[in-house]
Amino acid sequence: MPTSDDLGSDRLIWMYTQMLRIREFEERVKRTFLEHPGAMRGHTHLGDGAEASIVGALATRHETDLVMPSYRCHGYPIVLGSSPCKMMAELYGRSDGLCRGFGGSMHLADPAHHFPGTSGIIGQSIAHATGAALTAQVKNTGQVVYCFFGDGSTKQGAFFESLNMAAVWKLPVVYVLENNEYQAYTHISLEDANHLAGDPLSKKAAAFSIPGITVDGTDPLQVYDAVLAAADRARAGAGPSLIESKFYRLSAHGNAINVPPAPTQFPEHEAVGVYGKKSEYRQAQAADPIPRFRDELMRKGMLADAEAQRIADTVRCEMDDAVQFALASPPPAPEEATNYVYA
Amino acid sequence: MAREMMYGEAMAAAIIEEMQRDPDVVFYGQNMAMTPRDPMLKLFGRNRVRIAPISETAEIGIAVGAAITGLRPIVELWMNEFMLVAMDQVVNEAPRLRYMSGGQVKVPLVLKAGFGFAAGWAGQHSNCLYHMMMGCPGLKVVVPSTPADAKGLMAAAIRDDNPVVYLHNYMLTLEQGEVPEGEYVIPLGVADVKRVGADITIVATGWMVKKSLAAAERLAAEGISAEVVDPRTLAPLDVKTIIESVRKTGRLVLVDQAPRHASAAAIIAAEVAEHGFESLRAPIRIVSALDTSIPYSEPLENHVLPNEEKIVETVKAVLFKQAVPPERPVEAYLSCPEVQAQAGAHQDGRRHVQHRGASDVIAPVQQVVRGDEYLDGAPERV
Ligand SMILES: Cc1ncc(C[n+]2csc(CCOP(=O)(O)OP(=O)(O)O)c2C)c(N)n1
Ligand SMILES: [Mg+2]
Repeated sequence: MPTSDDLGSDRLIWMYTQMLRIREFEERVKRTFLEHPGAMRGHTHLGDGAEASIVGALATRHETDLVMPSYRCHGYPIVLGSSPCKMMAELYGRSDGLCRGFGGSMHLADPAHHFPGTSGIIGQSIAHATGAALTAQVKNTGQVVYCFFGDGSTKQGAFFESLNMAAVWKLPVVYVLENNEYQAYTHISLEDANHLAGDPLSKKAAAFSIPGITVDGTDPLQVYDAVLAAADRARAGAGPSLIESKFYRLSAHGNAINVPPAPTQFPEHEAVGVYGKKSEYRQAQAADPIPRFRDELMRKGMLADAEAQRIADTVRCEMDDAVQFALASPPPAPEEATNYVYA
Repeated sequence: MAREMMYGEAMAAAIIEEMQRDPDVVFYGQNMAMTPRDPMLKLFGRNRVRIAPISETAEIGIAVGAAITGLRPIVELWMNEFMLVAMDQVVNEAPRLRYMSGGQVKVPLVLKAGFGFAAGWAGQHSNCLYHMMMGCPGLKVVVPSTPADAKGLMAAAIRDDNPVVYLHNYMLTLEQGEVPEGEYVIPLGVADVKRVGADITIVATGWMVKKSLAAAERLAAEGISAEVVDPRTLAPLDVKTIIESVRKTGRLVLVDQAPRHASAAAIIAAEVAEHGFESLRAPIRIVSALDTSIPYSEPLENHVLPNEEKIVETVKAVLFKQAVPPERPVEAYLSCPEVQAQAGAHQDGRRHVQHRGASDVIAPVQQVVRGDEYLDGAPERV
């Protein structure tokens, strides 16, 4: 069976580039709150810290496999080939946005790029992804559905109900539980029974008698190997698996919740802002998956300094363009609001 | 004695005072009381103040179970939409148990949630869901619009022996106002006249009370005297106070942040149409959100939601029987392009539109209530 050992340097550099693209996009989003206050409304959630987990998982995809994350959804479509310009325009609420300004940060959708949509209601998209796997099974498309959700989401009924049904119907879905130790402002030690008992969250898989495994989500290759095995299993008709991918989100849960016209921006990470645990946060920053993977590729002699610089420059330009595109895009015409209510 | 307080603070003050008064009151929810520094936790300890995982079905179901066995739980839900994943507990458990037991049990609990966050929260986090809870006999629905009401209604909700959905509008969180200190309980089911007027009655809830008061102020500058009535409790509904106001003014405009169909405004309008018909000197008009989800982008969101301008215009249209377009032309309902094309193809406007969904119901209405024609042609009834 192939593993990450079989990945060539081109593919590994592609993975590194995707990680960087996610990070650069998210940094632009975060900076918007300072540089263009009011341009992004509502609640915006970033995927910085999740890059290795997202890219490691998606690198195993076959061309038509579907991807269904939660509301913290910017990273995945970037890897799938969605236009960062349109994504950024969506976050700016502009007419050229991916969803024409109707969805915003929490509700990106790009079906043309195998990204059918997201939900802002915790846990519910787990059921949607399971349903997408039903489509794949009934139509015998050979697709696998990649379902991503947070540690907090595993406390919803939709999680338990979906995993049981997927196991009973042997649906082709891979569940990636992104354990970043927090659900919004609450640390996992205050709300997860497995964690409190000293068990990994992948133990939840045992409740459905499906494979459950925990991996270091800051290492894209560990994630790759675990997800590849699970995807192969799903594609072979053996049903779902649960992979707990452990990483740390590097920004606060979201921008501060304020009533307009009070401005909003990203506060400190909860570890510091709520719990006063500066060392926990510093440690997480030190384990940042991006420099780690870059150093690994350099150690292996696959990435030279100049090449790394070239990638960084290209990605920076790409995401600068995304912001410029968003700023130049006109707002939607108000009357459009009555579109799309019914098909 | 009264003190300046914010709407958000006033709710918290009531919870603290009621918890001090009654040891059976417990308080829990997600993302609250996380550290030992939390003031509630300091006052009442972990036994009564708890942190819940993201498990609304269990959070609310546990509240129901605790309520029928002697506690008075308050569940912090943050946003009213999160209640929807536990709709069975809210609609088909909490309000049913007393009735089904022939009056043997009671279910004293409070489901506290914010709503109507009109700030770019898009389709799943900005809704006004009180109308969905109004049709559940046994369930009380409270919607405060001022800091004082926020406190007095919260105290009443906690003391009530029934399940109460307490919905506070996010847009009012920082609103300042005088709040009585100490015990202050506003009975549930009693509306409040927020502004006395003679020419027209405006009935509004939540944030729309603030908008309506601002509109009334503008109208006053033009010599129009609008009375603003806030039901404060949508279930049970104080129809009497509303009818009394309409008897006096003879005209009614309702303002609702929720979509029009099956809105609280529509239900109140029906009550007035039935019980206050003789007093009406003009057709009732509703200023509501459009029948869409809430879009993310600001110009789209502004277009969908009611505002001061729309209230002022509608009040004038009712008063002066202006042939201004109705608050929303009936065509707006036919947002689906195929339906529009089909409806247009039927010259007489009577033919039943053969299409799926709401258009079946809406199409025949088109020729019955062309709002502007109706306004023009309506006979004066004094
Ligand atoms: C049903 C429901 N309850 C509560 C919320 C509010 N909420 C939004 S994000 C969030 C935390 C989710 O945590 P997790 O699943 O761990 O994902 P993460 O944000 O860490 O990626 C909560 C509680 C919600 N959106 N839906
Ligand atoms: Mg989490």
